[in-house]
Amino acid sequence: MDGGKRTHAPHRREPTRAEAREELPSWGRTLLALALLGLLAGLAWAVLSLPRPAPGLADAVGARLAESGVSHPVTAVLLNFRGYDTLLELVVLLLALIGTWSVRRARRCAGNVPGPVLRQLPGLLAPLMVLIAGYLLWAGAHAPGGAFQAGSLLGGVGILLCLSGHSMPDWAQRWPLRLVALLGVAVFALSGVGVAALPSGGLLDWPPAAAKTLILGIELAAMLSIGVILAALFAGGRP
Amino acid sequence: MRLALGGLDWTLAVVFVPLGGALLCFLLPRRTAVLGLITAWLTAMATLGLTLDVLAKGAQRTALGGWEAPLGILWLADGLSVSLMAMTASVGVAVSVYAAAYFRDEHTERAFFWPLWLLLWTALNALFLSADLFNLYVTLELLGFAAASLTALSGSTAALAGAIRYLMVSVLGSLSYLLGVALIYHACGTVDIALVAACIGDAPRPAVQAAVGAMVAGLLLKTALFPFHFWLPPAHASAPAPVSAVLSALVVKASFYLLLRLWFDVLGGGGRGLAELLGALGAAAVIWGSVLAWRQEHLKQLIAYSTVAQVGYFFMAFPLSMAGHAGAWSGALYLALAHGLAKAAMFMSAGNLMRFGRQDRIAELDRVAYRLPLTLAAFTLAGVSIMGLPPSGGFIGKWLMLQAAFQQGRVDLAAVMLFGGVLAAAYVFKVVGSAFTPGEHEHRGLAVPAAMEWSALLLAGAAILLGLTLPLLWPLLHVGTAPAAALPLATAPGVTS
Amino acid sequence: MQALFWALVGMALVVIGLYALIVHRHLLRKVLALNIMSSGVFLVFIGLARRPAQDGAALAPDPVPQAMVLTGIVVAVAATGLALALIVRLRSESGRSTLDDPADD
Repeated sequence: MDGGKRTHAPHRREPTRAEAREELPSWGRTLLALALLGLLAGLAWAVLSLPRPAPGLADAVGARLAESGVSHPVTAVLLNFRGYDTLLELVVLLLALIGTWSVRRARRCAGNVPGPVLRQLPGLLAPLMVLIAGYLLWAGAHAPGGAFQAGSLLGGVGILLCLSGHSMPDWAQRWPLRLVALLGVAVFALSGVGVAALPSGGLLDWPPAAAKTLILGIELAAMLSIGVILAALFAGGRP
Repeated sequence: MRLALGGLDWTLAVVFVPLGGALLCFLLPRRTAVLGLITAWLTAMATLGLTLDVLAKGAQRTALGGWEAPLGILWLADGLSVSLMAMTASVGVAVSVYAAAYFRDEHTERAFFWPLWLLLWTALNALFLSADLFNLYVTLELLGFAAASLTALSGSTAALAGAIRYLMVSVLGSLSYLLGVALIYHACGTVDIALVAACIGDAPRPAVQAAVGAMVAGLLLKTALFPFHFWLPPAHASAPAPVSAVLSALVVKASFYLLLRLWFDVLGGGGRGLAELLGALGAAAVIWGSVLAWRQEHLKQLIAYSTVAQVGYFFMAFPLSMAGHAGAWSGALYLALAHGLAKAAMFMSAGNLMRFGRQDRIAELDRVAYRLPLTLAAFTLAGVSIMGLPPSGGFIGKWLMLQAAFQQGRVDLAAVMLFGGVLAAAYVFKVVGSAFTPGEHEHRGLAVPAAMEWSALLLAGAAILLGLTLPLLWPLLHVGTAPAAALPLATAPGVTS
Repeated sequence: MQALFWALVGMALVVIGLYALIVHRHLLRKVLALNIMSSGVFLVFIGLARRPAQDGAALAPDPVPQAMVLTGIVVAVAATGLALALIVRLRSESGRSTLDDPADD
């Protein structure tokens, strides 16, 4: 089942007696729907009661933006003010990869036979996508963009290649793949702990002078990791 | 508040050591067991360092990145979080030693067990340290994914189904929690626990009630309080033994810890109605879980339902904690710590019995008492703590809660607690009794590694000794809590001023 | 007012997703339901950011909820990836695409 063969289209079958029995009866569904409508009403009332204008952190961020090393407020929050959240989020993504690998083996990309369109597409699109990913990474400092957006594009490159029947060489699927997958977390964590060892430093405390470089370096590693992890999640299992 | 790195920063270590170990274990699959054991040991040492630090200097506050709240994220290491981290470390080292022997012959499972387990430990420590509501959401998700992946590790259909259900429940609970955090952020403009506590009294009531309701509902789902317990027995029973130990002993405590944090630090005590509801559900959990445990035919299912029952006890502390009585929640916390040690020991014993007999039907435990005495001793000692007999940690916890119940005239809750102890005795002795009698068929036993037997026994012993260490543990539990919440030492058993 | 509109839509998505999660048996539909619920929660989070006062004067958007939702999206993707791997493995082991009733264990 998990070999290189393409699965045939699944044939429809009637639900078995057992499965039909498991569906909620219609009065149960109606009751549930009514209960949930009540819940919605309560939640809507809560939303309507919220104070206006909204208390928020836009001003607090704006006041300290200059020290953060980047000029886009969302990037500053993601990689400086609340960088620890981003670190943990990269760990979550890596964890999903490890979990997926522990569950099953991937289907081989080489088994995908591409049609005429898909044969040409990687050659045309892949270099363009990589270029745009690089631009998004750079632009993240002063405009919407950054590691996640760029990483998603790179993941898309990987998916495109897999769908067209190209797969990574076997040697690359051993420790190099693992290394790139954990690179984002590793660079982020090492930087965060390394900065703590400085005389006046603290954990994840980027000195304002070096912040821009540190953030760019972390985002670069993260972009590569995210791209690899997303493509590997698409492959759906360990190599 | 910048934290200079003079000497060693223990708070940093308890999170980054297991994280680094997990990365190394993932990178070097052939050496995972050794790397994993070393990391486990180092993490336990770091936790010990942090515990001593907090005992000596009081609660430790760290502003990550040097940014104070509300802009940045804060870490807070106080008595509550450190005692749970210490329990995690104790169980963690024992489970690591156990798992190294358990997975010795399963290369694939071993290769993935260690990174997943160390990431779970990282998630636990990160959760216990965090003082930021959104950061807690991320740690909750990290914890849930690691736990679900570990549950599926054996690859059996039951394990996969249990893991899928567990993952979906975990995500649902976290989403509900996140919805509450969103409402709180938009009512108060911050997600820092201390600042939210200050703002919440003045925030619009419908929003606060909806937010609290959503967060509590999500956390109740994750803690498997009746009637949200449906996912727990299939997941905990079908996971490999060391994973079951971690799930029952540690993971359910994390969401319970969060509920305590919300209740005391954010809400400053909570409402009477909610407290009574939680108490009633807890009482139902004790009865329902204990009865179902007694009725099980398979050992791991029995132990899993026992967890459902024990979780109920923790929640009975909520109605008993109104009106400034702090004895009940100290009792619940003690019970939680003791349960962590004892339940892990129980699951590890079950793992030994399954390794020995290749099955875990209780009726077929064919005189294992004579053939695996260490394992039976571990199970029995752990059972003593679960039943709440002196001098175990379980006894201390129950004693404190019963004292609070009688002081407040809550005979109904006290009756449930006592009856629950009787039921626990029933299901523990069901197993122990069967272990002394011959089964229907003769079973030739397989060898059980000594590491597996001794780690179970030592943990069970620790659960018993926990009761005797009350004078030492008491000050730790109360580091950082407000004076009004501290119980006068004179009324705690065995403590002399 | 526009902010409230999106937040209410988000709440509706959460409730619709919850209904679908409970009612449907097929695991893939449950995963989709959870994704819809996530989108709903994120919409509530972002939609309410920087609500103007009654006079409606526009304010700069609040970056913190945006960063939080970015984190949330990545977590949701991770969850979906892991869940799908588990579901595919379950199907290949047992041929089922639904969970058994827990009481049958």
